[in-house]
Amino acid sequence: MHPAVSVIFFTVMSGAGLGMIFLLGLGFPVDASAAWVFLVGVVGGGLAVAGLLASTFHLGHPERAWRALSQWRSSWLSREGIAAIATLILFGIYVLIWLATGSRHQVLGLLSALGAALTVFTTSMIYAQLKTVPQWHSRLTPVVYCGFALGSGWLLASALGTHEAPEYWGIGLIGLAWAAKWMWWARASRSRLGDAGSTPETATGLGFIGKVRLLERPHTGENYLTREMVHRIGRKHASRLRMLALVLGGIVPALVLAIVGLSGAPALVNLLAAVSMLIGLLAERWLFFAEAEHAVSLYYGHR
Amino acid sequence: MTSLPATTEKRLGLVIDLDTCVGCHACAVNCKEWNTGAGASPLADIDAYGSDVSGAWLNRIHTFEVTPDDAPAQIVHFPKSCLHCDDAPCVTVCPTGASHKRPEDGIVLVTEDLCIGCGLCAWACPYGAREMDPVENVMKKCTLCVDRIYSETLPEEDRIPACVRTCPSSARHFGDFNDPESDVSRLVAERGGIDLMPEMETHPVNKYLPPRPKTRPQAAAPSAAAPASVPKADGFLGWLDAALDKLG
Repeated sequence: MHPAVSVIFFTVMSGAGLGMIFLLGLGFPVDASAAWVFLVGVVGGGLAVAGLLASTFHLGHPERAWRALSQWRSSWLSREGIAAIATLILFGIYVLIWLATGSRHQVLGLLSALGAALTVFTTSMIYAQLKTVPQWHSRLTPVVYCGFALGSGWLLASALGTHEAPEYWGIGLIGLAWAAKWMWWARASRSRLGDAGSTPETATGLGFIGKVRLLERPHTGENYLTREMVHRIGRKHASRLRMLALVLGGIVPALVLAIVGLSGAPALVNLLAAVSMLIGLLAERWLFFAEAEHAVSLYYGHR
Repeated sequence: MTSLPATTEKRLGLVIDLDTCVGCHACAVNCKEWNTGAGASPLADIDAYGSDVSGAWLNRIHTFEVTPDDAPAQIVHFPKSCLHCDDAPCVTVCPTGASHKRPEDGIVLVTEDLCIGCGLCAWACPYGAREMDPVENVMKKCTLCVDRIYSETLPEEDRIPACVRTCPSSARHFGDFNDPESDVSRLVAERGGIDLMPEMETHPVNKYLPPRPKTRPQAAAPSAAAPASVPKADGFLGWLDAALDKLG
């Protein structure tokens, strides 16, 4: 699959923002001045909004994006749009009340936390629902998305909030998220198109005669299908990118957290861990798309 | 509404005969021509006369080589367009309601004014039946020539999809699969029509008729590798022959 920068940026950034909203809604301690609370709210909400805006760059007609709110009965993408907007409105009101009164409205907080969790889940289901991409079509996909959102959200919240010794929790959450991703990678390596039972023989129905091989494409150049779904250039550096994702997204943040936790350095240093993790997740998300095999590639000569 | 209808009154679709298709691409060309000139927005191309041609087509003709274990390879031309699936995944993923399956005839259509061009329907389709229009930025797909088959102004014989009308080898047939007496239903029954990628559980309406078995040669032909005996030359050619032999 074509790794579109807008979608990669969207899923990583809005994931972190929504993870932070989830934690703040559940009552992650931020005992600080109103200005600082405002900043914390802007980081959480801002990342989620920036991600959502980036995702509209992926659309052919962004001005019609509001229409995507209508088909929640059948479409995960529609559900995601509704969940995201509802969550941001709830969280906005939650932060405004917090700023105005100095106290946090518990019910609104819980509702924004629930909304944030649902939004990340619906995002992941957009990919997990697709039978055409067997590597994505798994229950582990939502687990990984939620795990990374929670992990990166925790790092941001721990840097800006006043949780006591958040570093050990942070290391645990990063570890769990990467354990899920490790399982996802292991499953993906044995969930290629052929493993799911799709081959050029089933795609053409000609397997009863013999082995099927593409002789001629229908067109001499590229088309939308080959650019979008038969994209393979991104796989060139797969193993190096996987290492980069793991180091920047997991090992470096865990080391930073451990050093901060042991040395008693200010929690703000955890921001380094958060930034490193987000960069690592951009690489992880690139691979999520670039390594995915789509069924239509069977009509274009890929086994 | 992008939920699928439980059943449709008719199930209009195509039968494509892989035995008689000659791979001439006339169906794809006529499809492009009709759908560029007809009611909806044109099917656009980018750099149409340049070196990097690209554009939206609703019908594509692939060519495959199929090699049996015990016989030489054979060539199969393979036209591919929307299969108007009963369980069309492209419909249910659509967030706006642009993509829909009509309860009256089962045709899967895109309402272009509602399409936001997110591309998710194309991701959901295993067959590559949907292509983004590079100028309109909306998703395009086979309409089964809905503007021809219900036309009241076209001559009777033209009220079939453009690809079917133009096929010179009668490899394409159009009809209602809900009617067991229709041409398409009978062809599928007689020739053992098949679904593409049944494992995707899309339950396509369009069916493909497999190529008929090839006749195989009775006995192995004498080996072509053995050289035929060369008659002995005389006169000038004989001298030349001997001279060249001496040169080694």
